[in-house]
Amino acid sequence: MKKNIIIIISLLIAYLSGQYLINTGIIDSYLQLNIFLIGINIILAVSLNLITGFTGQFSLGHAAFMSIGAYTSAILTAKMGLPFIVALIASGIVSAIAGVLIGIPTLRLKGDYLAIATLGFGEIVRILALNTDYIGGAIGFNDIPQYTNWTYVFIMTVVTVLVIRYFLNSFHGRACIAIREDEIAAEAMGVNLTLYKVFAFAIGAFFAGIAGSLYANYFYFIKPDSFGFMKSVDIVVTVVFGGMGSILGSIVGAIALSVISLFLQNIPELRMVIYSIILFLVMVYRPTGLVGKKDKEGKYFKGLRKEDFQHVSAKGN
Amino acid sequence: MSVLKVTNLTKNFGGIKAVTDVNLNIEMGEIIGLIGPNGAGKTTLFNLLTGIYVPTSGQIEYNLNTKVKTKDLKPHKMVHYGVSRTFQNIRLFKDMSVLDNVLLGFHSLLFKRSISRKDSFDEAYELLKKFNLLNKKDELAKNLPYGDQRRLEIARALASKPMILLLDEPAAGMNPKETKELKDLIFWIRNEYHLTIILIEHDMSLVMNICERIFVFDYGNLVASGTPKEIQNNKRVITAYLGEEAV
Repeated sequence: MKKNIIIIISLLIAYLSGQYLINTGIIDSYLQLNIFLIGINIILAVSLNLITGFTGQFSLGHAAFMSIGAYTSAILTAKMGLPFIVALIASGIVSAIAGVLIGIPTLRLKGDYLAIATLGFGEIVRILALNTDYIGGAIGFNDIPQYTNWTYVFIMTVVTVLVIRYFLNSFHGRACIAIREDEIAAEAMGVNLTLYKVFAFAIGAFFAGIAGSLYANYFYFIKPDSFGFMKSVDIVVTVVFGGMGSILGSIVGAIALSVISLFLQNIPELRMVIYSIILFLVMVYRPTGLVGKKDKEGKYFKGLRKEDFQHVSAKGN
Repeated sequence: MSVLKVTNLTKNFGGIKAVTDVNLNIEMGEIIGLIGPNGAGKTTLFNLLTGIYVPTSGQIEYNLNTKVKTKDLKPHKMVHYGVSRTFQNIRLFKDMSVLDNVLLGFHSLLFKRSISRKDSFDEAYELLKKFNLLNKKDELAKNLPYGDQRRLEIARALASKPMILLLDEPAAGMNPKETKELKDLIFWIRNEYHLTIILIEHDMSLVMNICERIFVFDYGNLVASGTPKEIQNNKRVITAYLGEEAV
């Protein structure tokens, strides 16, 4: 209880101070852009971590869900003039539906095969967007109203983290982790593999869609190539860098990688070289990611579940 | 009362007949042993009984809370019906804590909402206490010693409150002392939870001591069945294990 209050208060302070700094102009528009990108990257990384890190389904198509969300939001706000909050939620739902539709056939596959199938899905979405004139085709979708602000980015980032954390803390989340650990044993203990894989995929896609919506309504302009294979790889890199199967890792990973590339922008010639060297060093010296190791010591839920505390106090263990 | 009836069960993998024309009838509360040389089809039979393989022909019929027919057998539905199992090569959730492994055993009950979240924790602690694993509840399953892993797998299987428990080589890799403890554990489980237990085992001291009836397999065929005494004197069994010369 006490912990929750501390979390709520610190979130409020973070939000209000962010808002204050933006209003007074201390955070200029360039810094603001990067902060918003960090928020969007956190949403993407945490939602992919649910699919890849926790449920163990390696997906290379996460940017496609982002793209579906971005275009849905663009159509709803720019072409139909609907309020942003409607577009935001609708993008999540449309992406989630796409996640279910693509999940049912592909999630029978495992490992490399699933990665290739999701990669194919990502390309299909990109090519479809490229060839649909209604949404601008290769030229891109212009004049999307800029609705995304600090409040939306902050709230959606917090909501994503909390919802996925809550999900993982439930017995459904435990079933997902069990699927990652051993599919045959999980199935023998009554876990419906298809149901939970598709479910995890749908939740991940939902939040990727939200991230896409925030992205589209911040940059005025989106084009199919922004959500290609390389974007999917970026998200995977963030998850692996931070730590597979660690929510905190995804947050730290998204912030660290964004900050690193922000600082490297001054030396464009060496940017990708240094970026790659950093990734390389992290993988060599911390193969489980920046914070991945800590989460892996059987402490997914430790300190999170009230039931643990009840038993500690009642039975003196 | 018969809880499991297998009629003319056959499973072929291409040209290989893994299980041929097997008939079994298992009564409630029995401890049944399945023995036979490696490759005799015992584990295939387990996989058929738990829906992992679909039979080539023949029927499997469970008579538990509801009647379950061959076509209803799906791996993830078995614990819902009341059939739980362990695996020959231990299949724990290695990177999850001991407690979370047992908690996952309650998945089917939580899914049906026949147990509350709080009760699942209470019962998991209870189960761990009975299996002497409570002081290790926060350890990762992969860090447990071998014997503890075996017991944890049984504890997890029991969490789903089965009526039939299938144990695939529970004593594999155990030393005589551990096997003796396992024997007591299996007896205790049967009496405490009123289960029907079917186990595959190569350790004859264990099988002969605890099984009430034994089925012997060889090359996919059921070659003999009966009490341990009958089996020990059965010519076909001796042939299966030691070859023609020995008889």
